[in-house]
Amino acid sequence: MSRKSAVLPDPTPDMFTGSVSTEPKVRVKRAADVVTPPRAEKHLPAPNDWSFDLIEQYHAVIRQTARRFGLDTYPNQLEIITAEQMMDAYASVGMPVNYRHWSYGKEFIATEKNYRRGHMGLAYEIVINSNPCISYLMEENTMAMQALVIAHAAYGHNSFFKGNYLFKMWTDASSIIDYLVYAKNYVHECEERYGLDIVEETLDSCHALMNHGVDRYRRPSKLSLAQEQIRREEREAYAQRQINDMWRTLPRKAEKAVEEDKARRFPEEPQENILYFIEKNAPLLEPWQREVVRIVRKVAQYFYPQRQTQVMNEGWATFWHHHLLNTMYDDGQLTDGVMIEWLKSHTNVVYQPPVGHPAYSGINPYALGFAMYTDIKRICEKPSDEDRAWFPEVAGKDWLETIDHAMRNFKDESFVGQYLSPNLMREFRLFSIVDDEKDSELEVSAIHDESGYRRVRESLSRQYDLGSREPNIQVWSVNTRGDRSLVLRHTQHNDRPLHDNAQEVLKHVSRLWGFGVHLESADSSGFVTRRWSVDAPTHTS
Amino acid sequence: MLQQIIDRRLAGKNKSIGNRERFLRRHKDQIREAVKRAVDGRGIRDIAQGEDIKIPKKDISEPVFGHGQGGKREMVHPGNQDYVRGDRIQRPKGGGGKGGGGQASDQGEGDDDFVFHLSKEEFMQVFFDDLALPNLARTTLAETPEFKTHRAGYSSDGTPNNLHVVRSMRGAIGRRIALGSDSRKELVRLEEILAALKRQPHAALHEVKELEDEIARLRAKIERIPYLDPIDLRYRSRVRVPVPTAKAVMFCLMDVSGSMDEARKDLAKRFFILLYLFLTRHYEKIDIVFIRHHTQAQEVDEQNFFHSTETGGTVVSSALVLMEEIAKARYPTSEWNIYGAQASDGDNWHHDSGRCRELLANNILPLCRYFAYVQVAEEEQNLWDEYSMLAGETKAFAIRKVTEASQIYPVFRELFKKEGATA
Repeated sequence: MSRKSAVLPDPTPDMFTGSVSTEPKVRVKRAADVVTPPRAEKHLPAPNDWSFDLIEQYHAVIRQTARRFGLDTYPNQLEIITAEQMMDAYASVGMPVNYRHWSYGKEFIATEKNYRRGHMGLAYEIVINSNPCISYLMEENTMAMQALVIAHAAYGHNSFFKGNYLFKMWTDASSIIDYLVYAKNYVHECEERYGLDIVEETLDSCHALMNHGVDRYRRPSKLSLAQEQIRREEREAYAQRQINDMWRTLPRKAEKAVEEDKARRFPEEPQENILYFIEKNAPLLEPWQREVVRIVRKVAQYFYPQRQTQVMNEGWATFWHHHLLNTMYDDGQLTDGVMIEWLKSHTNVVYQPPVGHPAYSGINPYALGFAMYTDIKRICEKPSDEDRAWFPEVAGKDWLETIDHAMRNFKDESFVGQYLSPNLMREFRLFSIVDDEKDSELEVSAIHDESGYRRVRESLSRQYDLGSREPNIQVWSVNTRGDRSLVLRHTQHNDRPLHDNAQEVLKHVSRLWGFGVHLESADSSGFVTRRWSVDAPTHTS
Repeated sequence: MLQQIIDRRLAGKNKSIGNRERFLRRHKDQIREAVKRAVDGRGIRDIAQGEDIKIPKKDISEPVFGHGQGGKREMVHPGNQDYVRGDRIQRPKGGGGKGGGGQASDQGEGDDDFVFHLSKEEFMQVFFDDLALPNLARTTLAETPEFKTHRAGYSSDGTPNNLHVVRSMRGAIGRRIALGSDSRKELVRLEEILAALKRQPHAALHEVKELEDEIARLRAKIERIPYLDPIDLRYRSRVRVPVPTAKAVMFCLMDVSGSMDEARKDLAKRFFILLYLFLTRHYEKIDIVFIRHHTQAQEVDEQNFFHSTETGGTVVSSALVLMEEIAKARYPTSEWNIYGAQASDGDNWHHDSGRCRELLANNILPLCRYFAYVQVAEEEQNLWDEYSMLAGETKAFAIRKVTEASQIYPVFRELFKKEGATA
């Protein structure tokens, strides 16, 4: 991506978001162009407690500072909420509205319990990828923490949501809240009309398949609430016609095309979006159930980019709160007390316990992400010979342009693969271990040394590949002539078997499909090593 | 520019209640089971409390397709100490390899159970569901009693509108008298001396002067005692008192002969609890008297009442006699509202049943506001027959056969209906 930077003062991006051109041209600011304003005469007031007025003052300065670095964001909407509301949002997948489901109640209870017992500090921020971008500020936070959250969420995450290619491709920030309101009302309506039980069952089954309900290669259409409603009715009518047609038992024409028909498999190609397949083809689903499947699918799709950009997203937000607040300090805006307070939080957030430490639970995405952006900046500004050898295209370049490019065009997997430097691998003392069930012991396959850098980097990159983290299960075929059973196929990755609860999930599949369901697990040579089967659920109607 | 700060704190309180309801609904079987256990374990008086519910983790898990153990995988970890490439490491116990680090529970306690707290209201809801309480009765039970403010003497602080002037003045007088008495005595004495001095022709002028100064000082001192001091003020004191201020006593009578097994006792316990809950809403002070009987009756504490079994025959009248004795000795009807609740499996020495009816009709029912009998067994024996005859005659007496918890409530229908109508 080559962009000519403009020397013009940065226009206020917020003002233009009202009239969205399809592909807004974003000018990237170069670090060299950043103008440092004169030092502030007086720092911002720094009492412990926040007030609306103070938040506005801080926000104004943070916003100015962010603009100086050219962070392009959706307009911000800051909301003050209580701890209970934070837990509530936390429990219902971080969204301010959502349809009702028992599992969110469960999450809430678990969250509340941990919070009460002090096992866990509450997430100090939740930010919603919407337009305007909603950031939650908890009322318990001190002023310094509010400043941290504003810098982190309202400018860090917000610019990531707006800039990263996955989010651009898969989510539509302007319609998500509307859509969730619609979903909530629709599910509620279904509950009233068809009873809580059946709606709950349908949602349970959909949730079980949520990770297998995303499109990976198609762009979802944007719909407003009103359009969604109109389209739904058409869709229901049309879908029912299609299905009736597919399952027509009367011979279409008494021709001898039967043989040929038999040979034709359905679906013609294996399909990886199981929920989509069910929504369109399950023979016995009621129209409203199809709509519920669709809702769950849409929500899963909305979260799909977030699952693939955890390191990048959290790292970006952490890098920017760190950079913005430090810049504000250098400008004379922040007191020492405020600095020390947020730095303490920051230090906790980016702590990476070593393996074997009681607190160790994998690589901390905040720590890795923050370290990587910081490292890229370092490589741009003060490259060593090693950096020049590894990153000829980065070393010595403008750091602001470089990290902006990294934020926009990668996901965790490729980001790590592209930018993890030997320097950082040494700093984290990364090493990779091979766990092969055929072997009685684990083997250290590579460490942070000359011969191991590439292997460690590749291995870590793969670790962030959703395709290898989640089993690859596709709709294989449907027995359209016989018992209408559905066959799913799991293609093993590195011979890794499925978890034992596959049988349970399969029950959910058969509940939606309405007939028997089989799951075959095939190894790398296509040989089926294990089968699960669930009979058709008994039909009451 | 769209930039705003919104205060959401007041909106959307308790927003997740709908999700919680669905969660409770989904696990109502486990919750009912837990509530049942809690009811068994608790004393009648402690019934209205929350309860911690444990649900096995596997029952609340949401299955998704995932990878199991096995196969080959490579994991990257931070914090290498001294491994070099090619090192071989013993596979850690539990099989998963180090990779599973993230899966390990970070919640301190029992990974097998999901524990949560059922609030008092939710607990009572489940309990009532079990008893099939109709809504009217629920509200009668669940509503907090109304309070009335009553005069209750005087207090030294309060609002000006409650100031009691006479009391305050009386206090002021008392204080003035108490504080000034020494000075006044002295004043009187000095005045007498002065008068005596003045009567003498050669009174030393300076002595007179001294006395007069002293007298003036004392007068000023008395003068300085405030007429009304803040500590004099008295206010009418008002206290909040639950509207029903009367006292009630509840007699629990139960057959503990061998034929009453645990299940029957459990039914009986729920029967007593329901009556108790009803009474707590209407009476400020409730005594419970537990009388158990086989061939002889005995007053016992709650623990012994529910958890001991005697063998032998059954003479129901013994309990009624004891009840009457206790009531007459300790609970005069002028002060106490007497309620009786009797549970039995209907087994009785056949010559005794007639006597029971007479005792009830002539001696006990006249004392009682209400008497309820439940038979926790199906078969009809002579006690049932005798009681049935009586039940037709008087309204304050209810009998019922109960084999499930949900059949208990109708025994009290009359009771709740009456109260519900006036409420």
